[in-house]
Amino acid sequence: MFRNFRTTAHRPATLDNKTHSAGLKTPALIGFSAVYVSSLLVLLFVFIISCAIDGVIHGGSTLFTSIWRPEEGHFGILPMLSATTALSVSSLLLGWCITLGVVSFIHGFGSRRVAACLHSLLRTMTAMPTVVYGFASVFLLAPVIRDALGGTGFSWLTATLLLALLITPTMSLTISGVVEQLMKESSVTAEALGFSRAEQFVYIALPAAKKWLFSAALLGFGRACGDTMIPTMLAGNAVQHPCLPSDAIRTLTAHIGLVMSSDVGGTAYYSLFVSGGILLIVCIAANLLFRFSVKAKMKKTDEMEI
Amino acid sequence: MKKFFAAVLFAAVFAGAAFAAPLDAFKGQKGKIDIAGGTAHIPVMKEAAKRIMTVNSDIRITVAGGGSGVGVKQVGEGLVEIGNTGRPLKEPEIQKYGLVSFPFAIDGVAVVVNPANKVSKLSFEQLIDIFTGKITDWKEVGGEAGAINLYVREDGSGTREVFTDKAIKKAVVSTKANVVNSNGAMKTAVGKDKRAIGYVGIGHIDKTVKAPKLAGMTATQENAASGKYTVVRDLFMNTKGKPSGLTALFIDYIYTPEGAQIIKDSGYIPVARKK
Repeated sequence: MFRNFRTTAHRPATLDNKTHSAGLKTPALIGFSAVYVSSLLVLLFVFIISCAIDGVIHGGSTLFTSIWRPEEGHFGILPMLSATTALSVSSLLLGWCITLGVVSFIHGFGSRRVAACLHSLLRTMTAMPTVVYGFASVFLLAPVIRDALGGTGFSWLTATLLLALLITPTMSLTISGVVEQLMKESSVTAEALGFSRAEQFVYIALPAAKKWLFSAALLGFGRACGDTMIPTMLAGNAVQHPCLPSDAIRTLTAHIGLVMSSDVGGTAYYSLFVSGGILLIVCIAANLLFRFSVKAKMKKTDEMEI
Repeated sequence: MKKFFAAVLFAAVFAGAAFAAPLDAFKGQKGKIDIAGGTAHIPVMKEAAKRIMTVNSDIRITVAGGGSGVGVKQVGEGLVEIGNTGRPLKEPEIQKYGLVSFPFAIDGVAVVVNPANKVSKLSFEQLIDIFTGKITDWKEVGGEAGAINLYVREDGSGTREVFTDKAIKKAVVSTKANVVNSNGAMKTAVGKDKRAIGYVGIGHIDKTVKAPKLAGMTATQENAASGKYTVVRDLFMNTKGKPSGLTALFIDYIYTPEGAQIIKDSGYIPVARKK
């Protein structure tokens, strides 16, 4: 029975596509723009990757070490890589848990009026420029962390908290949209069975939206490892591997921003393309990985239910 | 009342005319100036270039970094019209390429701490030990007990270069130091952190931070200009032979009051043209 809700959830989309392609011809201009944009994107990828390869050749053996000291010819970007990984994973974990809580509140457990307020708050938050978060946190959050943990207050933890805040609205709205649809479709059946709203959410909507929980996490991960402003302003930018939450760290994105502002040419400059290339590859790899795992999982569960 | 408005209007028009006057020299000119070299110069060069290109779109000015060495090499080999350096030219460089130097600004860097910090003076030795991570507590230099929080500027920053060369004598800064990417961000960080130490361009010192005496020297614009404060350097524009045409006009513009204002806004001390 529950499988049916999932399939009905996807049916409208496929129907739409069919009527669209049968009834309308794509205008030439739109086709042209599509080709133009995709070729630009492909060129961009090719450019970044080829520059990164160039960077590896120029930067040589020092690139994949842990010492960043350009004056002495050490261009190690490993600390930045580990910082990016640590920061995006930690903020994704935190953000995803908050997201799950928020979605549960909106569709299952909270009063409808408060839920509506929360929903519109989330919408507003998606449009918030990250520099605003960063700036406010320099004055409000960093001193609190400094007093609580010692250190400078510009740390892994500070950036994690803010990045989690940044990715929560996007993830919540993605999941919330799907859950809302599922709730509507299953409402008559659920009421007939005597389910409360909370039960309907937990036993029907949430399991059916499992795939979307994964893709929202993927979306959040992409934003978390790609964001530049928050790590630059709040993570402290010290070139060291993250060990404690109070450590200052420098992500690849912040590194690119910092070095680019004052350098052109030289190995330091080329190391930026390597950083950019790695960032691109990490994001693409995460994307593909999530897609494949979701696909495999869906297939498996579908087979089991049949 | 009418008279008053007329006066205000007149003053505004007059001020506008006076403000635009130095740029009049570029009217009817055409061509290209390439500038490369020291990174500390970039904000001044970029702003000047922007203003010139706004009034005359037939002039193209490109500004690149690369460092003082690149500046000397490129201007010497004729690849650019103006090569910037953050140090005086060396004798062999002048002889080899026949370069002419134009010092136009003084770049001074001051060590800053939080205004609540009791430490009011530091020696060069103490400063080096603090930034290399040997001294980690404020009580070791006469302050209240508490870990010292280091703040430095990003690689390639001109301010960082002066500080590293002149204040800590090229010592290697601790990797634990936090990195910020502008003088403004440095002031915010140090101004909010009671245990912080960092450095800013002298032009950026205000109430939010405190500059302790460094080896007995007070960091002020006057002392930097007179030579009483030593963590400074001159910024130079260099040309191959005597400048002519557009290049000469550009250099003249940097020495006008408007040019001096750009230099001040970038956080440096303008220097009058040497006759």
